[in-house]
Amino acid sequence: MIGRKKKQQAVQVPAAERGQNAVRDVPRPEPQRTVTRFGHGSRVPGWDDAADLTKDPAEIPDPATTPVDAALRAEIEAHMAKYPDFRSAAIPALAAAQRHHGWCSPEAIEQAACIMRLTPGYLSAVATFYDMLETQPVGKHRVYICTNISCSLCGADELMARMLQEVGDDPDFNVRSFECLGACDIAPMASVNDIYVGPVSLEDVPVLVEQIRAGTPPLPGKQLHLRRCVDPGAAS
Amino acid sequence: MSHTILFENIDEPGLNTIDVYRRRGGYEQLRRVLSTMAPEQVTEELMASGLRGRGGAGFPSGKKISFIPKVNVDKYLVCNADESEPGTFKDRELMQKSPHMLLEGMVIAAYAAGATKSFIYIRGEYVEQADIIDAAIVQAREAGFIGENILGSGFDLSLVLHRGAGAYICGEETGLLDSLEGKRGNPRLKPPFPANQGLYQGPTVINNVETLATMPHIIAMGGAEYAKIGTETSAGTKLVSVSGNVRNPGNYEIELGIPSREIIFGLAGGPPEGREVKLWFPGGSSSPVLEPKDLDLPYDFGSLQEAGSMLGSGAIIVVDDSVPVVDVALKLAKFYRHESCGKCTPCREGTRWTVSMLERVDSGLATPMDLDIMASVQEQIIGNCLCVLGDAMAMPIGSMVKKFRAEFESHIEEARLRNPYGGAEPDPDPVLIQGAASA
Repeated sequence: MIGRKKKQQAVQVPAAERGQNAVRDVPRPEPQRTVTRFGHGSRVPGWDDAADLTKDPAEIPDPATTPVDAALRAEIEAHMAKYPDFRSAAIPALAAAQRHHGWCSPEAIEQAACIMRLTPGYLSAVATFYDMLETQPVGKHRVYICTNISCSLCGADELMARMLQEVGDDPDFNVRSFECLGACDIAPMASVNDIYVGPVSLEDVPVLVEQIRAGTPPLPGKQLHLRRCVDPGAAS
Repeated sequence: MSHTILFENIDEPGLNTIDVYRRRGGYEQLRRVLSTMAPEQVTEELMASGLRGRGGAGFPSGKKISFIPKVNVDKYLVCNADESEPGTFKDRELMQKSPHMLLEGMVIAAYAAGATKSFIYIRGEYVEQADIIDAAIVQAREAGFIGENILGSGFDLSLVLHRGAGAYICGEETGLLDSLEGKRGNPRLKPPFPANQGLYQGPTVINNVETLATMPHIIAMGGAEYAKIGTETSAGTKLVSVSGNVRNPGNYEIELGIPSREIIFGLAGGPPEGREVKLWFPGGSSSPVLEPKDLDLPYDFGSLQEAGSMLGSGAIIVVDDSVPVVDVALKLAKFYRHESCGKCTPCREGTRWTVSMLERVDSGLATPMDLDIMASVQEQIIGNCLCVLGDAMAMPIGSMVKKFRAEFESHIEEARLRNPYGGAEPDPDPVLIQGAASA
């Protein structure tokens, strides 16, 4: 605090001297503030809501009151059985619940927690850490576009913009830019419902979107598994 | 001259099935190891081969296995198939086309380390590859190469494929272990190192896909023979993934120690027509950048380290002269900001502030002094965190600011002229004025 005051005194400039800099007379646009603010200027909603100390933290859901689909239960239990410690199955269990529910909804997390005998809080902590576990409702068609360095050198940012434009506000699509997907050899590329395609040109975008809507294989000629190794030594 | 060991005839149709792999002599080395060699002999062969880890750190693989204590507890082998270093895609090709090579290497490594439980941690995005490995595991189990009493030797090994869910930090070995235990993938304090306390607090060997896939070949050739390939300190062949502004991006298997120019120009065809190499990352986006004058460096661990960079995962990213260096730096910094797990303050805050400062450079708000601040932030990150994610941003950004300072400065000046005050109301620091008024 003290340091701050000293600093204030040090930079005091007489008001008359302000605005004399020629550059400052350039007409300037209004400053844009698009950040949503909540209480006390925070960006986090509800941050200053008091915790209800009379309430216990969420407990392990009771199987008697938490109905779970039999197929989902079987899948999660199979995952739990694979590991020496059942908690290792947290990610596969959440992924299974996400496949079942469309996203890691509170209901999905509660069901997974019920089967795994963990608190929903534990699984929420895991779900919020990983990019592929969605904690908000999303469209069913996953289109991940790699916008990391190698792909953006080959035009991935333009591809992303074009894709967003083409999809528009279609709620069935989950288009997002993703960090390096490990396919820089087919840059710029996209992972469409887990199938890698590339290089995707801007002209391919309308075709690709149409194929996704129709449920047909995306860009059949440009899928990764068709690509042969480029190393000349490999073909011997 | 490329030297082919791992990639030999990798495109053979059906190589991902056990029949084709065995017809090519697959699993024969495993049979030989289990029937004629003691675990110590396998470790000795690996040490003699001079094989260094192919995931990024380049630690001698034989030594890593020898660190596993010889005590009677459950030991683990983990294959790191998280491959999320930008620019790296070599393991993807190996796993997709020759999954059994990896499985054979894993059983050999587990035998050497005395591990009875093994895991493959594959990144969640590699769905196709994970399905291929899953099928390969089933085949190998049916043929008796994985499971109890493998080939009648009395050695047991279980193998589980674990799919991640998209987090760069889970490629860091301790972050990977936490993630595999079903937690958030936060790195752990080292020591204790995983060799003593790793997965489920047991001794654990963690190796990259390429390292493990090389092991059957080392057993076949003999460690001493393998060490003859490459240079004295960097033995063997390496898969390099060349990407960015080159004509033929892809994976190439090279003998370590060949000139980098031969990889970038000879194999990958160099930058597109009419363009020049401006800078290149020799080992993934985490390695300090090199300039065109470094193109004649031999591509091996020692030479690149002497040049102030590193071989890392063997991912060469070439950037040509049409790309502003600030764009590259901003792209990288944003990536590391997104992927920082948030556990250590220097990394969490340093990555965020580096992005903010680079955005100032791009928006016209910066002064050349900001470059010094940016460089000092990078220095503060390096070595001050539990893992090297922060360093992985600090090293390339620091090297770019150092080597391309003139371009950063002219970028600042151009942006300032083009867009005074970053396009916003010049902020006469309202806090200070209020303070002055009330004082």
